[in-house]
Amino acid sequence: MIRQASYYSGARIGWLEWLPFAAALVVFFALPEYVPLGARILVYILFALSLDLILGYAGIITLGHTAFFGLGAYVAGILGAKAGVTDPLLQLAAAGAAAAVLGVITGAVILRTKGLTLLMLTLAITSILMEIANKATNLTGGADGLSGITVAPILGLFRFDMFGKTAYLYCLLFLLIGWWVVRRLIYSPFGASLTGIRENVVRMHAIGSPAYARLVAVYTISGAIAGCAGALLMQTNQFVGLNVLSFEFAGELLVMLVLGGVGRIYGAFVGPLVYMIAQDQLAKQFPEYWYFGIGLLLVAVVLFARGGLLGLVDTIVAKARGARR
Amino acid sequence: MSAVLETRKLCKRFGALTVAENIDFRLEAGARHALIGPNGAGKTTFVNMLTGRLAPSSGRILLGGDDITESRQAARVKRGLGRTFQINTLFRSLPVLDNVALGIAERSGVAGSLWRPASAYGAIRDEAMELLATLGLADDAAIPVLDLPYGKQRLVEIAIALGLKPKVLLLDEPAAGVPSVESERILRVLDTLPTDIAILIIEHDMDLVFARHITVLVQGEVLVEGTPAEISGNRRVHEVYLGEQHHA
Repeated sequence: MIRQASYYSGARIGWLEWLPFAAALVVFFALPEYVPLGARILVYILFALSLDLILGYAGIITLGHTAFFGLGAYVAGILGAKAGVTDPLLQLAAAGAAAAVLGVITGAVILRTKGLTLLMLTLAITSILMEIANKATNLTGGADGLSGITVAPILGLFRFDMFGKTAYLYCLLFLLIGWWVVRRLIYSPFGASLTGIRENVVRMHAIGSPAYARLVAVYTISGAIAGCAGALLMQTNQFVGLNVLSFEFAGELLVMLVLGGVGRIYGAFVGPLVYMIAQDQLAKQFPEYWYFGIGLLLVAVVLFARGGLLGLVDTIVAKARGARR
Repeated sequence: MSAVLETRKLCKRFGALTVAENIDFRLEAGARHALIGPNGAGKTTFVNMLTGRLAPSSGRILLGGDDITESRQAARVKRGLGRTFQINTLFRSLPVLDNVALGIAERSGVAGSLWRPASAYGAIRDEAMELLATLGLADDAAIPVLDLPYGKQRLVEIAIALGLKPKVLLLDEPAAGVPSVESERILRVLDTLPTDIAILIIEHDMDLVFARHITVLVQGEVLVEGTPAEISGNRRVHEVYLGEQHHA
């Protein structure tokens, strides 16, 4: 299966690509006790998808993607708790817009750099936001977190119930939209030029490509999607804690993406799914050592499957095809 | 004849080191012009100043009579200045066709389009295929560049530049590192390039029969200019190259 834009071959959606969404619906009906965990996984997938867009396709290294996620969560949360804006779609739109603004402004500054400098700058921006959230207690609740958030029924019809069923379907719907948008972007000429920038930026300059402007654009789009994911998590939990802006969370997201496979849309699906389920199961079995299991999993993937779990699948399929011939 | 590319008193210094000293250079319309010089003569620095990768310390650069000294790289490409690199600078993991199509898409102004799939832009693909066919690369269109032999990779360099429909084409040692059998193929391709493109070819020595006019650059300065016959008969040029051989 092709994973990046090409002027050579098509970008039609294969039946296999509907599988995650079909599976999500099966879980909804067959495993109701996993619906709350499922909703969180759906949000993380959307978040990982936004990271994959800039990291996997455009090659922007970041350890601060939680800046957008956290800003989205706080904007939506503050609107619901302090400003009386309780409509979930309005909260979501505001979160996405705020994160996009942050993306344009910070992107315009930091995307002039690359490598380690860029990495440090992304980290710095997230740290600054975290400190602001920590200090502005009357707005954010500081270290205690932001609670007492009102989220009205969606379109005035669907109430967020205590079993998380509405939240699950709501998150699934926005994951579907986010996936569709990201997929279109990746296969477009714009996406092709991002691949070009990642592959060889010197060459992109030499063919007259405005590489910097393209990077700022994709950084902004990715930020907006991450901001929406943050708002979704807030609406699901009706709570925002400082950890949504933490460096640890950004690192965790990166681990999820690496686990699934960077630079392939469905790596962003597989990674969070495996990570969250492993975390859930390991935490039940070995409450004190569950991080050890995650670490082991990551070491194994990095050592033996550089393309992540999906890369491993590709290798196995290729070998099986080769053996048949 | 009018110059399509011209430099006036172009200088580049890195601290105390001068790598370009008052270079006055003219590339005429439709020219087949070679810039030669021994290692460290400042050829690549000169090219990088022309394309905008390096800012000159002083002096002006004119493209088609307009001052482009302050223009960005991308703007110069849009004005018709194409280049190839001495060391392959390609999208190595992408198919040959996409290497060329990316450039054509930038030139046609569709490269920023966000919505329709790239594969839906049939005109871009067809143009890229046509271009590859003229260079004898049609069968390699779907192959990732890194799987091509080196000589063909050099041709892809040229193909990308041609896809930009340049008025001026800078070829930085197009046959560098290519075995002599394959380099003849590259020379054949160069011979068939449209005559309305002005070509400046940068080479280490003057083995090339291709150029009709030669500029010799030594230690950042123009030593002499003339026809191939004049240059090969020039004593100072011989001293420069012989001197280099003595040291080597």
